[in-house]
Amino acid sequence: MTAKAFSGRSADTLDVDAVRRGEVGVDDLRIAPETLEHQAQVAETHANPQLAANFRRAAELAMLGDAEVLALYELLRPHRATVEQLLAIADDLQARGAVLVGELFREAAQVYARRGLST
Amino acid sequence: MTDAPVGRIRLMDAQPVNLDGFAVEDPSLGLVALASPQDPRASIVVSDGRVVELDGKPEAEFDFVDEFIARHGIDVAVAEEAMALTDVAVARMLVSPDVPRAEVVRLVAGMTPAKVTQVLAMLRPMELGMAMTKLRARRTPSNQAHVTNRLDDPLLLAADAATAVAYGFREIETTVPVLGDAPSNAVAVTIGAAVGSPGVLVQCSVEEAMELEMGMRGLVSYAETISLYGTEQVFIDGDDTPWSKAFLASAYASRGIKMRVSSGAGAEVLMGGAEGCSMLYLEARCVSLARAIGAQGVQNGGIDGASVAASVPRGVRELMCENVMVMMRNLESCSGNDALMSESDVRRTSRTLPILLAGSDFITSGFGSIQRYDNMFGPSNWNAEDFDDYLAMQRDWGVDGGLRTATAEDVAALRRRAAEAVAAVYRFFGLADFTEEQVELAVDAAGSKDLGETDTLAILHAGRTIRESGMTIVDVVQALLETGFEVEAERVMAMMRARVDGDYLQTAAIYDEQMNVLSLVTDPNDYAGPGTGYEPSPARQAEIDAIRQQRSVEELRQEQATRASDRLRVVGPAAAGFDPREVVIGVSAAVGRDIWVTLSGLLVVDAIAELLAGLEEEGCTARLVRVNATLDLGLVGLTAARLSGSGIGIGMQGKGTALIHRRDLSPLANLELYSVAPVVDASLYRLMGVNAARHAKGATPVPVRNPYTDEAIEARYHTKVVSLVAMEREHVDPLAGPELLELLP
Repeated sequence: MTAKAFSGRSADTLDVDAVRRGEVGVDDLRIAPETLEHQAQVAETHANPQLAANFRRAAELAMLGDAEVLALYELLRPHRATVEQLLAIADDLQARGAVLVGELFREAAQVYARRGLST
Repeated sequence: MTDAPVGRIRLMDAQPVNLDGFAVEDPSLGLVALASPQDPRASIVVSDGRVVELDGKPEAEFDFVDEFIARHGIDVAVAEEAMALTDVAVARMLVSPDVPRAEVVRLVAGMTPAKVTQVLAMLRPMELGMAMTKLRARRTPSNQAHVTNRLDDPLLLAADAATAVAYGFREIETTVPVLGDAPSNAVAVTIGAAVGSPGVLVQCSVEEAMELEMGMRGLVSYAETISLYGTEQVFIDGDDTPWSKAFLASAYASRGIKMRVSSGAGAEVLMGGAEGCSMLYLEARCVSLARAIGAQGVQNGGIDGASVAASVPRGVRELMCENVMVMMRNLESCSGNDALMSESDVRRTSRTLPILLAGSDFITSGFGSIQRYDNMFGPSNWNAEDFDDYLAMQRDWGVDGGLRTATAEDVAALRRRAAEAVAAVYRFFGLADFTEEQVELAVDAAGSKDLGETDTLAILHAGRTIRESGMTIVDVVQALLETGFEVEAERVMAMMRARVDGDYLQTAAIYDEQMNVLSLVTDPNDYAGPGTGYEPSPARQAEIDAIRQQRSVEELRQEQATRASDRLRVVGPAAAGFDPREVVIGVSAAVGRDIWVTLSGLLVVDAIAELLAGLEEEGCTARLVRVNATLDLGLVGLTAARLSGSGIGIGMQGKGTALIHRRDLSPLANLELYSVAPVVDASLYRLMGVNAARHAKGATPVPVRNPYTDEAIEARYHTKVVSLVAMEREHVDPLAGPELLELLP
């Protein structure tokens, strides 16, 4: 299978000539959400549903920009956000289609509240 | 009376192993390997598809590690079936070739951390080896290298990365002594690896957020130092939670970057947070968590805490249990053996050997491919100093530990190209202007101490510029193209295409040199007993076998020929002599034909000259004969004695072994013998001549004693002996009489 990059460009056209022509942008080197879904299915058939779940969360994060991904990670670290903030992020992510990542934030909010890890 | 120990104890005290720390087992501090009284007994209660009790703890008391494992890490569909099996039944399933890996994986998915702990604690060392052979994810073993240096010198990093690849490593991990240098190191190692081969994965281990950022820009292709811990408190001290780590795992995957987590015994002990539990149980929690967050693999087996584990009874065994645990959970194992765990070469070998023999996805999670002092992770259990040892161990056992021999010419050429490529790219970007001389020094350097003065501020500046300018891998490819490094540019692009394909996100993925993915999916381990599973291909076996030190008889013959002398001349057939002051020196059949140098490095003609000089000193006359009819030194000497007017003869083989014989003795009963030829020097041959003369005159000389040695004398010389004896045999003719020789001045 030849995958398409995030930009929609076919991976097998990503060669040095394309770089030389100045045609290759950052989005041409990003993995596409559809590819991650495909990898999730492969992981599932190889007895690792957790890896599949990871790839499906990744498919959602693939839609977000680098800065936002880094910022979201920072907020999930201990004592960075209030429970309300975490829940608000969960709502926002889910409203934007990142259902599984939103769920991760929602679950973290609950556990952080119980274990005293929110601010 | 003195309190000082006796000499035998002082001798032992002085051995390197006694620099190691050994701890009394102390469960309260977590200084216990396989089982602690504080470890919970395995249990699970599933209610309506939800885990409500885990290892004796009800849901309301779950800490966040329990919570994440309970919610995501247990296959509730098989939990009751799996947990109902006795520990010994599971232990046997791990070892038995008759139980397929898939069945083990299915059941272990439903097991709790305490269950896995109890099972693994039952396995004896060789059983762990069997389990590892069967359970690792990838069929083909591989290995990972550390490439770092004290100065973060990019030329040396690139040269050393190319060298590591030449020796067969398929993953390279770098890190920095100075955080700001990290982007520069990532670029230098990526270029160096591309010089070495297509398909090498590169990581730069730094703080989590910065590492991810470099990954996003394509400057590295995998990540490994996403640390997990076995207790909630230590996790928080590490500034993360299972949820933030799960997010991080997805973040890496979202950019097509391979990722594994890192854990291992001793981390919690060192941070004072073991909560009285055994190392194995805490690690079982880490590995359950690794699977739960969706990591494809785990680097464990002690890692930074390896020497803590090794300080307690059964600690090294615990380290191997950790790796097997990862494999049971259907994850990639990057099997530790990185941090140097002992000052003793014996102990550090003992720690690694079972894993090398069993085979792992990565035998080490960081073979220090540079010298110990340049390893910015700290010295590894295996280092540049040990390449030849490791290659010999692979060859000894006929196993694939991921390394191969590189020729001196290839290493030199690759190092030059790598250093030149980095110099060109840094010049292209205006990052640094390296001189020809700096390139030369990096090519030749065995380590950063050989580089002379370097400008560390320039490297920091380069790192900062790469980071702040937003440089990506596309820019690096552009620079490689502009400066004429097309092949490397294409190899870097191939890794970018790989990232878009995503196939190397699957468990235990590496690329071979043809850019084929080898993983759990494409190259699954199919071991099911003898005759199955991974076997090196004939080409790979040849690589393993052909270490650079091996020599054939023909090569040794050619070496001998380069020292040939024209001082020996055949006079004619040898007859018996009658002069009572005459001693005959008999040399073996290949002397003067194929053999010219003794094992001690002395020319055979010089050894003969010394014998002659010793005889002359004592007023004896001498004749030199070549005994052609026999290989046996005793018979060579006896033949000489029987030709001798005095009845005393000296026998000498080409390799230098020599004896004094007398005509009335049986072949094996000689008067004096130099049996250890490698240590017989010119003065000893002189002495043998003197003593032979004294025997001839009827005196009783003080026998010369063989010099003693503590060298592995047989290891050093036996292969040569085999070749030299083969050459002697080629010239033996049972019907040929002895010949009189003349030693010309």
